[in-house]
Amino acid sequence: MEIFIQNLFNALQWGSFYALIALGYTLVYGVLLLINFAHGDIFMVGAYIAFFVSSLLLGDLMGVFNLPGWAALALTVPLTMLLTAGVGVTLERIAYRPLRRKGAHRLYVVITALMCGLILENGNLALLGASRRKLPDMVDKVVYTFGSVSVTNLKVWVIITAFLVFFLLQFIVTRTRIGMAMRAVAWDKFALPLMGIPLDSIIVFTFVLGSGFAGLAGLLFAMSYPILDPYMGAMVGWKAFIAAVVGGIGDIRGAFIGGFLLAFIEIMVAAFLPSTFRDLFAFTILLMILWQRPTGLFGVAKTTKI
Amino acid sequence: MKKTVLLVLALLLVLSGQAFAADTIKLGFVIPLTGDIPKVGEASKFAAEMLREEINGKGGLDVGGKKYKLEFVFEDNEAKPESAVNAMLKVIERDQVLAVVGPQSSKQAVPAGGVANDNETPMISPWSTNPDTTKGRPWVFRAAFLDPFQAPVVANFATKQFKAKKAAVLFDISNDYSKGLAEFFKAEWEKMHGAGSVVGMESHGSKDQDFSAQLTKVVAAKPDFIFLPENYNIVALIVKQARDLGYKGPFMGSDAWGSAELMDLCGKECVGQYFSTHYAAAGATGATKEFIDKYNNKYGYIPDDVAALTWDATRLVLQAIQSVGKVDSDTRKMRKAVRDAMVNIKSFDGITGKMSFDENRDPIKCAVVVKISEKGEFTFAESVCPK
Repeated sequence: MEIFIQNLFNALQWGSFYALIALGYTLVYGVLLLINFAHGDIFMVGAYIAFFVSSLLLGDLMGVFNLPGWAALALTVPLTMLLTAGVGVTLERIAYRPLRRKGAHRLYVVITALMCGLILENGNLALLGASRRKLPDMVDKVVYTFGSVSVTNLKVWVIITAFLVFFLLQFIVTRTRIGMAMRAVAWDKFALPLMGIPLDSIIVFTFVLGSGFAGLAGLLFAMSYPILDPYMGAMVGWKAFIAAVVGGIGDIRGAFIGGFLLAFIEIMVAAFLPSTFRDLFAFTILLMILWQRPTGLFGVAKTTKI
Repeated sequence: MKKTVLLVLALLLVLSGQAFAADTIKLGFVIPLTGDIPKVGEASKFAAEMLREEINGKGGLDVGGKKYKLEFVFEDNEAKPESAVNAMLKVIERDQVLAVVGPQSSKQAVPAGGVANDNETPMISPWSTNPDTTKGRPWVFRAAFLDPFQAPVVANFATKQFKAKKAAVLFDISNDYSKGLAEFFKAEWEKMHGAGSVVGMESHGSKDQDFSAQLTKVVAAKPDFIFLPENYNIVALIVKQARDLGYKGPFMGSDAWGSAELMDLCGKECVGQYFSTHYAAAGATGATKEFIDKYNNKYGYIPDDVAALTWDATRLVLQAIQSVGKVDSDTRKMRKAVRDAMVNIKSFDGITGKMSFDENRDPIKCAVVVKISEKGEFTFAESVCPK
């Protein structure tokens, strides 16, 4: 039983990352019907930005600042989110928007996204080299032990953050004016400007949200698994994308639930069966869900998503 | 049409290559310059270049009274088995090298060894410890000890040092090295402590970042120590996650821990742990110290075991070439001569220790166990020699 509870915490932490990344996929898809395959790599860039920002603030880099750990963390979080959002918006600006202007088919935009992801990965490899990086420790780790169940302070934060981000996004999309505009883009991109809604600003805002939270995920991921490499976003990104599809891509609840579902299956399979069965079981179960509901758990078979 | 042009170009390349090869000796290095273990590739390249500069600085390698300049071809195997096979073919066919040094890790050395053997090109893997690399392959050699030898070294040391009765193992199932060593260790430990004394035997994939499920199982079995036959980049993740799950006992590692980058990635979490390796840099003497100082001056850090083994392996090949006594312009004939000369080297005094070779072209040499000190140095704890 205690092993089960321990694994439940493991799954919640691992699922938090899937959920945070899946939210970014689902936001962009919900608004533009674009599968932003570069998202996993934006997450990777976020982790690297977190590395450079925190090293700079802690004085490991250049030695300009020398802040204590908690202050560095308090500044790293917004800075990482902001800078990563910048990367996401830049991608939209130089890669997706020109294609949209020319009225390119969605397929070409998806291929562009895939290429952008590869450019980010290999650009990083060329720029920073193949060596791994380690995120400096900003806060001391505390391990809470109850019986044989151990939870670190970081684990708790990660899980809480994932839930907060989910509620925040759900609130923005369903309860605010800009959220209404986002849903309107998905509804009818051509009627929107006629209603006086600035299409481009709404799309930029979507990318800011999605990439900003990918940056946050990257920071938290790098704190939990402190080895950074240029390909760290690829696998996690793919799996988060699948999680978003299973949840019903375009739906915020779907991405969130899908992320935790995938992590839960992965961890439980690895916990009670040989680890080689993990992906086999995880994806078989997801396939069965899609058999029953081809649009995912929360998906609707129309374009009225988000 | 295009094909003919390509063919002509390729032919020209080969011809020019051979014309050029008249007074140079070409060796190939198939090493992981990118991928999971880039520091291993870097160390190999640095060590090889240091050796080349030293020899070329004296005018070249003396073979039968004539000086030959050395030319090293570095080919990246991306730490992947399939890329290692391609890189191996590339240096053999395109670059027409006399012999190949590398790949380093068994994961790449086992498949690449097959290619070298099929193409009748001598290959020496400096770092690979899995028996399959050389087994039944008369053209493949190595400079490192074997896992069936390393496993008892680890088992004996842990029994003595930690007074351990129960062991747990976490290994990478897609890595020949990790998997092989884990199995040898399990067999050895159960021979020493009885069946069921390995309380956890868990595996993971090579791209995994989260090991919490496997570690939860391992920690719940309450082992006296955890054995991690893993690459240094994964070690940092596993050690941290095990501590997060409340594990307080010691870890024991294998030679793949011994990268100069281990402490950059693992930091204080790895301090105080032990691992078996090929040499201990701290407190070395003689030729080993000379090598360490030269490397440290040139590149600014203490060379790890891969660098030292690459140095030894390359020197072995060069010694074999020298003993052939002449350089045949026919690459195939020369490769054969080099292989025969390598088989005839019965003992070799390397900077990683004295080694003699058995009938499987595997060295018989000592292993050391090192402890990771407060300062992040790998300090000597014990030396174990084969009986």
